[in-house]
Amino acid sequence: MKKVVFYLNQFFGQIGGEDKADYPPHLEAKAVGAAAAFSKQLKSAEVTHTLICGDNYYNENKDAANDFIRSALEEIRPDLLIAGPAFNAGRYGMACAGVTELAHKLSIPAISGMYEENPGVEMARKYCLIVATADSSSHMREALKDLAALAQKVLDGEDISPERDGYLAQGYRRTEFSDKIGAERAVDMLLARLQNKPFVTELPMPKFDAVEPAPAISDLSTATIALITTGGIVPLGNPDKLQSASAQKWLKYDVDKLDQLQGTYCTIHGGYDPVYANEKPDRVAPLDLLRHLEKTGVIGKVYPYFYTTTGTGTAVANSVTFGQEIGQELKNAEVSGAILTST
Amino acid sequence: MATITTISEAVGANRIVPTVAIPYPVGNPDLGEREEAIREDLVKLAVDALGTAISKPTIFKSLK
Repeated sequence: MKKVVFYLNQFFGQIGGEDKADYPPHLEAKAVGAAAAFSKQLKSAEVTHTLICGDNYYNENKDAANDFIRSALEEIRPDLLIAGPAFNAGRYGMACAGVTELAHKLSIPAISGMYEENPGVEMARKYCLIVATADSSSHMREALKDLAALAQKVLDGEDISPERDGYLAQGYRRTEFSDKIGAERAVDMLLARLQNKPFVTELPMPKFDAVEPAPAISDLSTATIALITTGGIVPLGNPDKLQSASAQKWLKYDVDKLDQLQGTYCTIHGGYDPVYANEKPDRVAPLDLLRHLEKTGVIGKVYPYFYTTTGTGTAVANSVTFGQEIGQELKNAEVSGAILTST
Repeated sequence: MATITTISEAVGANRIVPTVAIPYPVGNPDLGEREEAIREDLVKLAVDALGTAISKPTIFKSLK
């Protein structure tokens, strides 16, 4: 019999309502509440343990909560973790995202259930399958049924797809066999399109956001301007090991005492010829010229930190996260504007 | 500041300054001593763009 661990918040774990949202994590060696209803629907597995944690406790004490949950998962070594369903509950969704990330790091497959606009979706979709649920817990019965059906397939190692199994697409491309070569399929699609017949693309394009323009800086001579690049510019030797493609992080460096990047910086970007940037990294991130504009009084000040990442092969989801994190830092530091260079 | 400005537009950048080339957006090693002038123009253009009110994604072309 395969083992499943279920993560629930204080409400669905039958501890209490909002007044118990500070409840620290605890482990029950049985299926509690929604977990029991879920367990009954599995064929070759059962929920052996339920982890319960208050939503506020998890979000405010994430490290402590994760320490508890990690040691529980390491001891039980379940075949699958289920977190939620969180419907459209934001804190619960974020907690499910955190717990499934933990499971992912421990190589334990994980499934959650959320409404598509739950803020936890963007964070969790990298780490687990997310069954699309309705926005409120009045649909618990359907959600558990969908979760159980997907869980059984995952436990049995069956092929799954977002269309067939009702989970939110993760953006991965999988190999599938077809009796027609790509050129034939492409021509079929083109003919269908020309005849106004329905067709389904094999590679949906990501949707891009429109962004409200920031207001103009009214007085540049007192403005603080930050410099950001996706050109993979790092200190010589790449001390923090920024990836040369498919960046997993962004970095920042104190350049307050530098007049230029040339001499102490280089590029590790794997997507363009590095010769010219290595000769003069300011060709990619023009610190020298911003410094010049600062000295001549055109701008007030160059922000002391320079932000960098690598923009080749980097997942849109990661890029969005990097942008939000860097943007928040600059906003907190009351930076007036930023120049982002991309290669 | 980017060379492939269609990408800048697609990802929601609002103030876009077209640059020289992918491996040297703010530079041009072929120009020798004249490289600095074009670099200065581009960065000045970017800074001026930050001081310009816009209502939709806008491409800022050369100062000249």
